[in-house]
Amino acid sequence: MYDQNRAPIYEALKEYNDMRVVPFDVPGHKHGKGNPELTEFLGQTCMNVDVNSMKPLDNLCHPVSVIREAEELAARAFGAGLAFFMVNGTTSSVQTMILTVCREGEKIIIPRNVHRSAINAMIISGVIPVYVDPGVDRRLGIPLGMSFADVKKAIDDNPDAKAVFVNNPTYYGICSDLVRITKYAHKKGMKVLADEAHGTHLYFGEKMPPSAMTAGADMAAVSMHKTGGSLTQSSFLLVGKNAGISEGFVRATINLTQTTSGSYLLLSSLDIARKYYATKGRELCASVLRSAEYARAEINRIGGYYAYSDELVNGDNIFAFDKTKLSVYTREMGLTGIEVYDRLRDSFDIQMELGDIGNVLAIMSPGDKWKDIERLVSALAEIKRRYGHESIAPLDHEYINPDIVLSPKEAFYGEQERVPIMESAGRISCEFVMCYPPGIPIIAPGERLTPEILENIDFSKKRGCFMTGTEDMNIEYIKVIK
Amino acid sequence: MELWFSEYHTKNTKLSIRVNEQLYSGQSEYQRIDVFDSPEFGRFLTLDGIMMLTEKDEFIYHEMITHVPMAVNPDIKNVLVIGAGDGGTVRELTRYDSIEHIDMVEIDEEVVNVCRKYIPRTACKLSDLRVNIHYEDGLRFVRRCENQYDLIIVDSTDPFGPGEGLFTGEFYGNCYKALTDNGILVNQHESPYYEEDAKNMRRAHKRIEDNFECAYVYQVHIPTYPSGHWLFGFASKGLSPLEFDEERWNALGIETRYYNTALHKGSFALPNYVLKELG
Repeated sequence: MYDQNRAPIYEALKEYNDMRVVPFDVPGHKHGKGNPELTEFLGQTCMNVDVNSMKPLDNLCHPVSVIREAEELAARAFGAGLAFFMVNGTTSSVQTMILTVCREGEKIIIPRNVHRSAINAMIISGVIPVYVDPGVDRRLGIPLGMSFADVKKAIDDNPDAKAVFVNNPTYYGICSDLVRITKYAHKKGMKVLADEAHGTHLYFGEKMPPSAMTAGADMAAVSMHKTGGSLTQSSFLLVGKNAGISEGFVRATINLTQTTSGSYLLLSSLDIARKYYATKGRELCASVLRSAEYARAEINRIGGYYAYSDELVNGDNIFAFDKTKLSVYTREMGLTGIEVYDRLRDSFDIQMELGDIGNVLAIMSPGDKWKDIERLVSALAEIKRRYGHESIAPLDHEYINPDIVLSPKEAFYGEQERVPIMESAGRISCEFVMCYPPGIPIIAPGERLTPEILENIDFSKKRGCFMTGTEDMNIEYIKVIK
Repeated sequence: MELWFSEYHTKNTKLSIRVNEQLYSGQSEYQRIDVFDSPEFGRFLTLDGIMMLTEKDEFIYHEMITHVPMAVNPDIKNVLVIGAGDGGTVRELTRYDSIEHIDMVEIDEEVVNVCRKYIPRTACKLSDLRVNIHYEDGLRFVRRCENQYDLIIVDSTDPFGPGEGLFTGEFYGNCYKALTDNGILVNQHESPYYEEDAKNMRRAHKRIEDNFECAYVYQVHIPTYPSGHWLFGFASKGLSPLEFDEERWNALGIETRYYNTALHKGSFALPNYVLKELG
């Protein structure tokens, strides 16, 4: 019944193919015959399984057969009470979590370095954020986790909050003390939601920081596609065994915004990826860990780079470090992370996950080949030799505590006007401004713009960060409350 | 019974060689290794089904990858050879008494073992006392070297499979760093003729040009390689391959079947279409 070697959606699709069904339903490409160029490009197998919901293949909006079985297998694999297959990205998993446990006007305790999908969920729902300063590592300039003391204070100051939201881990691999936060939040009657966009492997590897389900959190958004090997845009939403959250209500919440034409390419990719990790995850994660440790040692040997690891752990806002992450601090050899990121792509054909003002980050997965890792290390050595210069000072960005004047929803829908961004000090923003990646807001809707914030935006722009958020593509104008 | 080895040179062209018998077939950690015996070319080695060398024509490749840089700088003492598991390049290098030290970096120990056993014609000098064999990734090895080699020879497979890293900008840059001021880099430079090979050739040339003050290309004729028309790269921090002391090399009395100093100069004269591809 719960054999992790099975993959019910995948098996049903194979059976469907064998039956050579004549399609008089959508999609109109009809197994690719209606679009030869696309079929040539993506391959016949891919087109054959790009099909619509039908009885033998179940229906994502109301699963009763193969999708349901696949979800049950996934729940077991992740040690969750319930698992939902998501096809609108982890964004929709994050939004569903918030929409499930908070209603309009209710509060959620959330770290500032939250993904924009969480703040978007507040715009949709009218939920009010209570931000916790994640702290910034003074040397590396990266946002950290939440310290337990800060979360406890936020909980004590806001006893009416409904939930605590935790990144597990952050983009850079930093974990908060999820077990202790969960215990305290539960004691105070709050739910705990975990954004595990970068945490799939925590469920399968050994010697990893605890996963949300292990820590007893109530819901978790797991980006299977990021490191778990499923297709881009596919994701799992998990509900804890003891969360006391109704399956029907979660499903209804998902269906508010999720497509009714769930892609079977995405669904089967989740099914097969779950099978792969459930049966082979331990070895896969061990090999990723070995690759990351090797790359770190080699990069640190070059000199001028700092590939950091669990020596950062301080038992507080760096409670644990996910060693499968490969983040490298670059300012000691005089280059920003963005410069190294661009050099790697433009001169060496190596695409990194992100470059920020001080770091470049590589995503490691079982798909990495040893020769690719050698290339990355050698290219970094070359960048140092050819372009490196004197160390530039670490950034000492103070956390800017946002002054929340309106709820994100009120600001987003409020009466607005557009002003030059550098002249907007004192106004209430209706838009985001962020560097992407990592997509952490410098300003979010409903917050007051200050000279300090404008300086930060200006600095990031001049450093060549890819800035997004405002309707104005050049980030020169911003919409504010009239 | 007819037994043939065939290799596709393009999707629409293939070369077939009649085979007497297959002497060895095995899968190493990195690639499939085969050795055949044939009436026309003697024994030949293939990796992942791609022709590496035959006993009959290997002299062309190995003489030209070695004697050209050695004639340009007869004072070369320290040599790094990357790839070259068959031993042919090392065999030619050991003919120079002036060379003091040869590091050979081959990723696949199995290739060396198989060649020692089945193709002694090329592997015969791998036990020379000046030769140190390192079984590791060439890219990794060269990353750690600085200003220590007078000559680096990249005798690699094609830029897919295990040889991929040896056609990258980071590799050529690391080689530059590993070379002395008079250092020379010679590399297997693919073919200009068929489009797929030519693409690799152009990319490699561009990346070498990005890293070295001087980047030249010379040509050879290798009957069993795609189109038979093959290129080597010659890159340096200043040395020109066309300014060298012919008499000095000739006085060494090294007997060769392909290389001579007149051909040396001529091999740098390239057909117009190749010049155009090199840009």
